[in-house]
Amino acid sequence: ERGCSSVKDKDRGERGCSNEPRKKPVPLHEQTVKDEKGRYQRFHGAFTGGFSAGYFNTVGTKEGWAPSTFVSSRQQKAEKHNARPQDFMDEEDFGEHGIAPSEISTSQEFTSSRRDATREKARAVSAQAAVIPGDTLLEELIAPARSSIGVELLKRMGWKEGQGVGPRVKRKAGRQQTGSRLYGCVLPPAGSEDSEGEDEDEFAPEDVTFAPKDVTPVDFNPRLGVQGLGYRSLDPGLALMGRRDPEHMDLFRPQSETRSRLFGDKRGCRRGGVAGQAFGVGALEDDDDEEVYHRDSLSRYDTVLGGEEPGDGLYGWTAPQQYTKKRDKSKDASYLGKILEGFTLAQNPAEDHPIFPPPSLPRDYRPVHRFRPTLDASALSGVSPALAEALRVSKGHMVPEEPEHGGRHQLDSGQRRTLLGEDALQGPSSVMELLKPEDRQRLLSMRSSSNTSSTKTSQDAMPLWAGPPAEGGAASEDLRQQQEALTVWTGVQTSSQTFRPFEQNPSKQARYELYLNRLKQGDRGACGLEQSLDPGMTEWERSRERDEFVRASILYRPSSSTLTSRFTRAQGQEAEAGLEASRDQEGDVDDKQAAVNMKLFGKLTRETFEWHPDKLLCKRFNIPDPYTRYTHTHTHTQTHRYKHTHTHTHTDTHTHTNTHRYTHTHTHRYTHTYKHTQIHTHTHTQIHTHAYRHTHTHTHTHRYTHTYKYTHTHTHRYTHTHAYRHTHTHTHTHTDTHTHTNTHRYTHTHRYTHTHAYRHRHTRTHTHTHRYTHTHAYRHRHTHTHTHTHRYTHTYKHTKIHTQIHTHIQTHTDTHTHTHRYTHTHAYRHRHTHTHTHTHRYTYTQIHTYIHVHTYTHRHTHTDTHTYNVSCEYFYVNI
Amino acid sequence: MSFPQPRPQAPQLPKHLLRTIDCQQGAVRAVRFNADGNYLLSCGSDKSLKLWSVSRGTLLKTYSGHGYEVLDADGSYDNSQLCSCSSDKSLILWDVATAQVTRKLRGHAGKVNCVQFNEEATVILSGSLDGTVRCWDTRSRRFEPIQVLDEARDSVSSLKVVQHELLTGSVDGRVRRYDLRMGELHVDFVSSPITCVCFSQDGQCTLSSSLDSTVRLLDKSTGEMLGEFTGHKMKGYKLDCCLSAKDTHVLSCSEDGHVYCWDLVEGSLSLKLPVGKAVVQSLSFHPTETCLLTAMEGRVQVWGVEPEETEEDAMAT
Repeated sequence: ERGCSSVKDKDRGERGCSNEPRKKPVPLHEQTVKDEKGRYQRFHGAFTGGFSAGYFNTVGTKEGWAPSTFVSSRQQKAEKHNARPQDFMDEEDFGEHGIAPSEISTSQEFTSSRRDATREKARAVSAQAAVIPGDTLLEELIAPARSSIGVELLKRMGWKEGQGVGPRVKRKAGRQQTGSRLYGCVLPPAGSEDSEGEDEDEFAPEDVTFAPKDVTPVDFNPRLGVQGLGYRSLDPGLALMGRRDPEHMDLFRPQSETRSRLFGDKRGCRRGGVAGQAFGVGALEDDDDEEVYHRDSLSRYDTVLGGEEPGDGLYGWTAPQQYTKKRDKSKDASYLGKILEGFTLAQNPAEDHPIFPPPSLPRDYRPVHRFRPTLDASALSGVSPALAEALRVSKGHMVPEEPEHGGRHQLDSGQRRTLLGEDALQGPSSVMELLKPEDRQRLLSMRSSSNTSSTKTSQDAMPLWAGPPAEGGAASEDLRQQQEALTVWTGVQTSSQTFRPFEQNPSKQARYELYLNRLKQGDRGACGLEQSLDPGMTEWERSRERDEFVRASILYRPSSSTLTSRFTRAQGQEAEAGLEASRDQEGDVDDKQAAVNMKLFGKLTRETFEWHPDKLLCKRFNIPDPYTRYTHTHTHTQTHRYKHTHTHTHTDTHTHTNTHRYTHTHTHRYTHTYKHTQIHTHTHTQIHTHAYRHTHTHTHTHRYTHTYKYTHTHTHRYTHTHAYRHTHTHTHTHTDTHTHTNTHRYTHTHRYTHTHAYRHRHTRTHTHTHRYTHTHAYRHRHTHTHTHTHRYTHTYKHTKIHTQIHTHIQTHTDTHTHTHRYTHTHAYRHRHTHTHTHTHRYTYTQIHTYIHVHTYTHRHTHTDTHTYNVSCEYFYVNI
Repeated sequence: MSFPQPRPQAPQLPKHLLRTIDCQQGAVRAVRFNADGNYLLSCGSDKSLKLWSVSRGTLLKTYSGHGYEVLDADGSYDNSQLCSCSSDKSLILWDVATAQVTRKLRGHAGKVNCVQFNEEATVILSGSLDGTVRCWDTRSRRFEPIQVLDEARDSVSSLKVVQHELLTGSVDGRVRRYDLRMGELHVDFVSSPITCVCFSQDGQCTLSSSLDSTVRLLDKSTGEMLGEFTGHKMKGYKLDCCLSAKDTHVLSCSEDGHVYCWDLVEGSLSLKLPVGKAVVQSLSFHPTETCLLTAMEGRVQVWGVEPEETEEDAMAT
């Protein structure tokens, strides 16, 4: 009871939508979050990943993420894989609230601002994958022009958005504007009406036609403000400096009057301020007829970069043209500004497609369809013929119109063939026809004799046909069998040899053949069967014989339907060269036979084919697959160069020369020059996989984390898997030069002992042991064991507190030079020559200036998969 | 001072019967030397395969597991495994020491006429009455063949594997040579049903015996006939032929109870070895020495150059 109520409370608290006041606030430790599967989610902190991340919270742990290994072999080339951010996301990230939502949503223009936020997130994610990471500026600035091809073509012809389209019109001169004056702040009707009003002032000669009136394009922009529908705010530009005539606004020509007006140049008779009837006309205004609510027209602006081509008339689309009385078809189309290249004027005007209005629906029409109930034949037995006929004519189908075929899959190939109207297959349709006549006869006689004997026994014992048909479901079973027999036998033409199951009873056999004939003619099973039975027999005998006939007809179905379904005709040369050799092939054999008879072996009797041995067979025979040989030469040169003040110089030269038995040469030449800054993380991964019994994988991972001046973390990962039966010559030359210049000033006497022990262990093939002993600042004991399959991370944190007391000056210079030369020669049915030349040159010039008592707290954290021990001990002797 | 060149020794022929082994396994269908020639395998019609010592004639092991008469057998290069094929359409890979069935390979649709290991015993190749050659993998656990070579139109009566080449003879009268390294199939038409095919030891020629009582030596690369050896009778039985260890002679079984031995170069009959009255079913030549095995009815006979010293002779001398 108690627990139950607490659960309720918790639910209520989680939902927070209960009407009644919450009795008890949910304590902090009971506020839990569950995912969609009801599992608890652990909160990590807002900046470390939010809720549980990864598979069982493994993000951030060692098991959290394993880098996928790159494998590429000669047989199976790895495709270039460009990792996208989406590859590292789970479904939660793709969800509605994730960082990269991927779902069908309202397009940006028609969505609310909340949706915009999700899109923005997706955009930001995709921007990370852009050329310049995080850069979406350019995309935001330039939007692709989206217009239909019709609009595009019209624009090319000189049309501008907002202009009218159609044949030129003659403009009536002196048409008076009949519109009444408007009062108040109501906006006048838009657009072209205004310009029409201006017509009275225009010069409109009789013989000049004009382009049709401009139209206001329908505005499909979504409403963004809180104003009601149809609201159109005052255009401040217009209100402040109304214009008289709509001239093309050219922002780029300084002489343009419009431009000067736009920028408030008062050279013309221009006045500013809001004016109009609603506001009255100021005393200073001298122009009473000023159109206040003048509206701008889009046609006066270029909306597309580039603009119209020069040399195309003065005014393009709207230029007035000479009006001529002759109005033929071609002239009629001359209103077009210019005809685009590749287009010609249509000789005949496009046909008007009549638009048919939708049919007027009857008044009692209901847009719901009701199917009439289907009556089956069995229910129709007691119905009068007239009614049955009426039902048949009606839409509800009473009986199927034609004998229904089984499904597509129940037809055999011959039936499908006839349905499709294809020709019958040429050549023998059964194996029997391939045999010699005497063989066939022998086989048939054998078969019939054995079948007869077996039939005899089966008739004695009647194991198959015995037992009266079960009541109930048996009738439908009979029908099904009759149907099957019908499908088997229908359309069978060649019945030269069919098995005679009732041979010892000639009258029965005759009845059976009658039944078969009816089947072949496609007679309906039931009545055909009834008619073929002997009417003189008893009902029991008849039913029994009926069963026998049906089963026999199914059992001894014509051979064409059974055998053809089992055998397919072989294709290609194999079949032709086979038993049923074609005539040419026969002649070929004759030629060969003649050659053999003349003992002319050689070219005449020799044939050579391409033969593809199985790949595994070649492998087992230890030979190369003859159809995958190729020559491959690969040269790889990489040079990395990083420069910084602190000078570490690594010069790694890898020369791989693999000589394979089959002209397969890889030459890798790597020159790496690294000059590292203090804090630097470098990860270098190289994987080479050479297929063909030779897998060679190099993984070099260099990770240098310099948290402080003296901290170096090197991670090397080498995985060498060497092949057999190959000759490899590897020459690795490593030249490492480290130069450290430090200045230390000490107040105390220090004892320094450096012990570096490097142990490189190469898997399987070679072991390198480096043992360096440095006597140096501090006492460090380093034991390095390098196993060339590892990955490790070092994090050194140094905290130091200096307090100044007094000063000693000591200058200390160490120069270390390490030269390593490894030469490995392997002889295991293959020859490896590894020449590793490591030249480490460390130059430490350290001047330490410590002016006081030092308190050092060094914390070194190593996470290694191999043994790498660093212990630092500091001894301070106060003077 | 130089020694005079030793006179080239005249090639010797296995004229002398060294011993007769009564195999007690019904009719011996085939007799085969093992890889080094110290042991012999006899395939009996009583479903058993027997391993004998050649030098002593003693029975070492009996391998039973086939369901019908054993038709051919072969030993691996390291003598650790045997393979045999039978009329029961199956092949059996045997462990030599324990006589246990390592693997039983089924898949042929007819009786399996011939079987052979490849050089490294990694693949068993078998030719069958169903006209196919199947390549079985002995390394993996697969029970399906690696590849089925169904180019033959009729029963594959004989096959030989040497290095990367597979030679098959078929009843359709064609000798097929599959070259794995080149990926080619060369078909030589011989017209008469082939009973046995062999490579010469130098790998340049193929030998094929056919039911027109002729043994033909064909050049491997061109298919030209280098020699034709006749005189024996081979009309109805699948009888073996072979080359001597040094490619000096061609030997063939005959239905008249003899083994015919021709000089390879001259083509003349060098030896007509009377084996018995019945058909010489099978023969096998020692891989290095001049030693011949013949099988007739239920007996295997070992033939050598010199009459072997019996123990009594040794005692006497």
